[in-house]
Amino acid sequence: MPESITPEPIISIAGLSLAYARAGTRTVILEDLDLDVARGEFLVIVGESGVGKSTVLRVLIGLAKPSSGTVRLRARPDCRTPMALVFQDARLLPWRRVVANVAFGLEGSGLSKAERLAKAQAMLDLVGLGDLGQRWPHQLSGGQRQRVAIARALAVDPDVLLMDEPFSALDSFTREGLQDELQRIQAATGKTILFVTHDIDEAVTLADRVVVLAGSPGRLAAEMPVTVPRPRRRRDAALQEAARQLRMELSNRSAEL
Amino acid sequence: MIALRSTALAAAGLLAFLLFWEAMPRLGLINPAFLPPPSTIPAAFLNEVRLGVWGEAVLSSLSHYVTGLAVGAGAGIALGLLSGMFRWFEAATAWIVRLLRPIPGLAWVPFAIIWFGVQPEAAVFIIAIGVFWIVFFATQGAVRGVDRDLVEVAQAFGFGSPWSRLTKILLPAATPGILVGLRTALGQAWMAVVAAEIFGVPGVGARMMQASSLLSTDIVVVYMLTMAALYGLFDTAFVALQGWLLRWRA
Repeated sequence: MPESITPEPIISIAGLSLAYARAGTRTVILEDLDLDVARGEFLVIVGESGVGKSTVLRVLIGLAKPSSGTVRLRARPDCRTPMALVFQDARLLPWRRVVANVAFGLEGSGLSKAERLAKAQAMLDLVGLGDLGQRWPHQLSGGQRQRVAIARALAVDPDVLLMDEPFSALDSFTREGLQDELQRIQAATGKTILFVTHDIDEAVTLADRVVVLAGSPGRLAAEMPVTVPRPRRRRDAALQEAARQLRMELSNRSAEL
Repeated sequence: MIALRSTALAAAGLLAFLLFWEAMPRLGLINPAFLPPPSTIPAAFLNEVRLGVWGEAVLSSLSHYVTGLAVGAGAGIALGLLSGMFRWFEAATAWIVRLLRPIPGLAWVPFAIIWFGVQPEAAVFIIAIGVFWIVFFATQGAVRGVDRDLVEVAQAFGFGSPWSRLTKILLPAATPGILVGLRTALGQAWMAVVAAEIFGVPGVGARMMQASSLLSTDIVVVYMLTMAALYGLFDTAFVALQGWLLRWRA
């Protein structure tokens, strides 16, 4: 992995703050966040709920406006959709068949319908659902729906894949299966992934580097590289040691705040 | 088994109703000129068909019905979408809606006749107004009720313009609600057809008025049943279409 990381970060977040005023009171969600993400890196953001983890992704994708600060993205010049987001709940469009859901982001890209569907089919194959393209979303299980959401995000060939607690609503068997799947997909595609979770074991299993958001308003509280070689085994002692360290880090941060 | 039994019961109920209806005038309890027994209806029907009056009346009524429905539903969907999508549009039209909505469709008859004369256009106008409000409110409510999370999906994939929000998310997501409104309008429009034609625009309603002024009540009943049959036909076809359009639902 390290040799694919180029020195210039693909995303540079500097001084990012986000606050909103409602009914006269000002709520600050994020304060003065600086964060660089290297190209090809699997970066996991952990933190308690309400700490503004998801807000970082929402700012990056354009669903939330920062109050101040800058986000600099160094995408490929030919990249039409530099970032794509996988939501916590799959959010498939129920009136579209699975394959048409995956092709959603390709509309308006200048590709013909046949080309879009072919690309969508390739993405479905990649996430292991090649046979289910003609199903309706309500006919899928929760894990299958989330795979389709991942395929939909990958279909637009983004430089950066943003994932907002994508596995948190799934049962633990499905979750672990999808974690392995995601590592395989990243190895195959080389995408930069920015992944938000509150699950420490999930964080160390997936990450090249974990950053901890803590406090209210949320700030960058700690940072920890995970150097355990891939493919990772969940029972690996080195991985469990990394999880233990991260837990300590997190409890220290909460004690400080 | 249960389905079979309820079908049998329904048939028995209808039969009892017809027998009661037949008995009333035959036993002299009601003047047959006021209530023709059902046994006289088939002959009256065949006679109307033979004269060519039935086909002509049904065709012109259907053309009023379909045109009025299309105009009223089209306008109702278009303005309902605008009002559901844009707060400013809803605010700007709020008092106009409050002013015009309570006016019953039939209250427009004088203007319909002044503007269009006793012509098909007048009937279309009355029908369209009757349909408009139902479809307008159904559409507005359906758009307002669309899951905001799905709108975010479109935004996240770069479809931020109102047009793509409409075509990619709002319209398909609001379709079930719009269809419910349309189905109600389908029934409402038949009421408006009769009302509009009673004032003389040729069609089923006009023929009924003609027959009733001659006390040919059997002919009146023929057209009443004709309308029931046409409504049943349209409603059945609509439900089938609805089922196909919403086949994506669980």
